[in-house]
Amino acid sequence: MIAAIQPTTTWYLLLSAALFAIGVVGVMVRRNPLVLFMCIELMLNAVNLSFVAFAKKMGDVGGESTVFFVMVVAAAEVVVGLGIVVAILRHKPNATTDDLSELKG
Amino acid sequence: MELFVFAVAGLMVLGGAVGVVVRTHPVHAALSLVLTLFGIAVLFVAQDAQFLAAVEVIVYAGAIVVLFLFVIMLLGIDQAENLHVEPFKIQRPVAIAVGAGLVSLLGLAVIASREHPVPVVTPSQAVTDAALDPHDGNIRALARDVFSDHVLAFELTSVLLVIAVVGTVILARKPRKGESYVTGSAQ
Repeated sequence: MIAAIQPTTTWYLLLSAALFAIGVVGVMVRRNPLVLFMCIELMLNAVNLSFVAFAKKMGDVGGESTVFFVMVVAAAEVVVGLGIVVAILRHKPNATTDDLSELKG
Repeated sequence: MELFVFAVAGLMVLGGAVGVVVRTHPVHAALSLVLTLFGIAVLFVAQDAQFLAAVEVIVYAGAIVVLFLFVIMLLGIDQAENLHVEPFKIQRPVAIAVGAGLVSLLGLAVIASREHPVPVVTPSQAVTDAALDPHDGNIRALARDVFSDHVLAFELTSVLLVIAVVGTVILARKPRKGESYVTGSAQ
């Protein structure tokens, strides 16, 4: 019976690893700063997923509260990061990360 | 049933993630990110983390992605990026190789550690409460953990958010007349 197979913690961890790797590839390949932020969000979510999987497996709610704090910090990071991106792109429209490789106004 | 939920949500997560990486248009990438976040929320529900699933949808899919779309529209950079331009020829194969190596190493570690027994942890008070009250146990246990053991960290997050908001306002406002952030070669 295929319906009797239960997804175990291992499956969730493997999915999380795949999601993290996709995020890493995105950060390395893409050049749009906004899309880079989205790829960082992908990696954060992969880690959140493994935290929740471990919290379920260990029966400890500490993993879930860690995910809660990670979400808050991710929100703060996106706010500051997008502020920087707005300040830079107002200066140079359509700049890619290659154009921003020097810290010069 | 759990298998079906896992398969569908996993496909949503991976498909959305690949979409974020390969879609050239930033708006399409943001919408793919929404797909991934909804898949993650479904997986959270499947793992008995209902509160985190709600927060995932509200904060991530609701607030953060809307912020992304807002910036994209505000700055008018909603045009496709030409992915055929490669400044470094070797960058993309190296990125793919690093990604494949990462996923295989992590996968091997997970599979190799699968057989080892999980160390027994004595359940804390919150976990015991959750076990006693299965109806709203998740939210209650999480609240007890956050507001008792991690209450200092919780207060510090409010400081962090205030600093982030103030910093962003300072970063994103237009410089007043006569002052410039750019010194030296200012226009």
